[in-house]
Amino acid sequence: MQLPSFLRGGLVSPFQLRKLGVLGMNARNVHYIARYNDRDKYPIVDDKLNTKRQAKRYRIPVPELIAAFETQPSRTRVMEVIDPLEKFVIKPARGSGGKGILVIVGRDGDEYLKPSGSKVTALDIQRHVSNIHSGLYSLGGKPDRVMIEALVDFDPVFDKYSFEGVPDIRVIVFRGFPVMAMLRCSTHDSDGKANLHQGAVGVGVDLATGKSCHAVQRGIRIDKHPDTDMRFSDLVVPGWQELVRLAASCYEMTGLGYLGCDIVLDRKRGPLLLEANARPGLAIQIANGVGLRTRLEHIEKMDLEQLEKNVEERVAYSMDYFSARPLT
Amino acid sequence: MSPRAQVYILAALLALMGAGLTIYKNVELGFPLLPGEYRTVWTIEAKVHFNADGGPVKAALTLPRAQRNMEVLGETFSSSGYGFNVIREDDEYRAVWAKRQASGVQSLFYQLDVHQTPGAALEQPLDLSTKVVAPLLGAREQEAVRQAIFSLVGTARERSSDTRTFTSELLTALGDNRNQDRNLIFGYYKDRSFVDVALLVLAAADIPAHRIRGLYLEDDRRRLDPEDLLEIYDGKRWVVFEPLSGSPGVPKNFFIWQRGGKSLLDVEGGRDSGVTFSVISNDVPARDVAMLSTSQEKEALVDFSIYSLPIEQQSIFKLILLVPVGALVVVLLRVFVGLRTSGTFMPVLLAIAFIETQLFTGLAIFVLILILGLWIRFYLSRLNLLLVARIAAVVVTVVILMGAISVVSYKLGIEQALTVTFFPMIILAWTIERMSIVWEEDGPYEVVIQAGGSLLVAVLAWWVMTNRYIEHWTFNFPELLLVLLGFIMIVGNYTGFRLGELARFRQLVR
Repeated sequence: MQLPSFLRGGLVSPFQLRKLGVLGMNARNVHYIARYNDRDKYPIVDDKLNTKRQAKRYRIPVPELIAAFETQPSRTRVMEVIDPLEKFVIKPARGSGGKGILVIVGRDGDEYLKPSGSKVTALDIQRHVSNIHSGLYSLGGKPDRVMIEALVDFDPVFDKYSFEGVPDIRVIVFRGFPVMAMLRCSTHDSDGKANLHQGAVGVGVDLATGKSCHAVQRGIRIDKHPDTDMRFSDLVVPGWQELVRLAASCYEMTGLGYLGCDIVLDRKRGPLLLEANARPGLAIQIANGVGLRTRLEHIEKMDLEQLEKNVEERVAYSMDYFSARPLT
Repeated sequence: MSPRAQVYILAALLALMGAGLTIYKNVELGFPLLPGEYRTVWTIEAKVHFNADGGPVKAALTLPRAQRNMEVLGETFSSSGYGFNVIREDDEYRAVWAKRQASGVQSLFYQLDVHQTPGAALEQPLDLSTKVVAPLLGAREQEAVRQAIFSLVGTARERSSDTRTFTSELLTALGDNRNQDRNLIFGYYKDRSFVDVALLVLAAADIPAHRIRGLYLEDDRRRLDPEDLLEIYDGKRWVVFEPLSGSPGVPKNFFIWQRGGKSLLDVEGGRDSGVTFSVISNDVPARDVAMLSTSQEKEALVDFSIYSLPIEQQSIFKLILLVPVGALVVVLLRVFVGLRTSGTFMPVLLAIAFIETQLFTGLAIFVLILILGLWIRFYLSRLNLLLVARIAAVVVTVVILMGAISVVSYKLGIEQALTVTFFPMIILAWTIERMSIVWEEDGPYEVVIQAGGSLLVAVLAWWVMTNRYIEHWTFNFPELLLVLLGFIMIVGNYTGFRLGELARFRQLVR
């Protein structure tokens, strides 16, 4: 719950929301996550090292893993790994909500540069590694593993739509069918982070075309990026079908019925799977201005034959059926 | 069966079980449903006194039997230098005091606490004899008395339809001092009491009857002599009559000491013996009365419960039993409102600390420790410590802070702050650590939101947990936890919107 947005306006009737097919947190937990996501498949998505391993098996492209520290690494070992690198990302394997991710985009002498331009020292990086390892960012404070990834060479198409940060595309996949997508653009307001509740812009992306159909910042509809003044109506995600296909194939990879895939666009390699999420948030509904529930219920009503379609058929079906203005 | 149906069935079963046990405890065992209920407990003391002759002495006092409308909560005997035991004799209990040598005035005491349970009828004694011993009135000088008795009996019989109405009629006649027959009878039996005469007349009328000895329970009465009631057999059952008014039924507040039987007191080796009673009423919390009366019957529900623990552990349990209520508050706020807190059940622990410290002291101490702890934590984070060591360092700092707060506030004369020790230190240390991460990652604004949310939930939980009704119910009816469990299970099935979402998804409705 956001206090300011809570205070800014009134409440709406729950019946109206229900009629619009909006999915609430409780319904998501009981009807979708508990019913379609088996507990024993969680480790595949909760541990990003497992996700990477599994993705390799299913030939799903992911950012390159440079090193993983299973145990507390010594300082020299950390330095050994990061010393030859110009750009890299340090992540906790079991972090949640984007916590504990340190992005380094360049060097300045002995110091390392963050995307915002601020500098960190090698000591800061070592401390960060130690913190991750001690379980500071993992659920329940369990000891965690540290992974060092190559920084994605982002496709410049989004440069104008993102401020200081990493734009990524979230696709919700239900029983193998992509049902909704959004692009998260960081802003000055969100301090380079792509979290909608921190002020990032959520751009609803039409599943049929990859074009933006709706954009929202802090719960209010906008049509220009607040920092770059670029119109979202001109935004088109390149290689959209390939991206949707990648998201849909994550169903086979994880075995999770209700899934959120975070995808980034690499300049050369195209869409890469950043991470998968077994408990994807509901902000995507705000970004698209459409409720999820109607779409999920449509797929729930399908018969067995339709559910056994392969990836291509599913993608074709979704892109056709869930286009932004399908029947209205 | 679908999981949803299972949840409802299980929840209903749990709730039924809990509610059933609660009702049983309330109705059968007398545990009060509302706090602050008091029951009157009568303390009756029988004092046996006599003049000992100097030789061996034995005194036997008939003791009251268990009665349905009077619950005996406890009894004590006192008898300095006397051997004492309780013997059973012809279905009666008698207290027997004995001593080899005694002289002068002797006093022996027997004390019991009784509680009146309203509504229960007097049980029918199956063991009382219904044999009638007709009075001997054959001698010549008794001719007139005999005629008077027969006249009374005859009139009463004419004016009545059955044994009960007959007895009523007869007793009224015996109480009417304008009645010539009655005056003649009492003139002859000058030395006998009213009940003795009534028994005699009833015997002459061939109605089985005996005397009931007992006391009227009235507060602060001393040196009472036992009072008598009459009990007659109407052919099917025994009926009690108040002799002077002639009305049937045991008078309210009458405590039956002895029913039928022989003497109340037998003394061997002493003279001028007698029993006097004194009665005092006490108002005792209803729960204590229920505890006392059930502990004697060894009621399994009470005997195998937390009440069988020592008092100290019970008071700990009193607090522990409140935790589920706090958890319920957290569940409700999470599921129906959607408040964000730092650590799901941390607010419950805070609320428990608030119970000990009082709300405002607790809030002040919590905020103070949090701010100081965060400040120290920021410095510690610059020292490159390992996480576990850093949190341990924060724990130590928190302890030192608590000590400092205690000492300083004591010196300043604020004794309430001494209760800081009740704060869960490890939890506080983790909260400080988490908050500092939130500060680094999401900014101080998010820290205020999360700390505020936690405090709000903690205050609400505290408010519910200190409600006197909640306190009373959780401790006296722990089986209500089953109802609570069932309710939480049903809440866990709620799939509607949260209050926060009604604002969050506002934009979708245009």
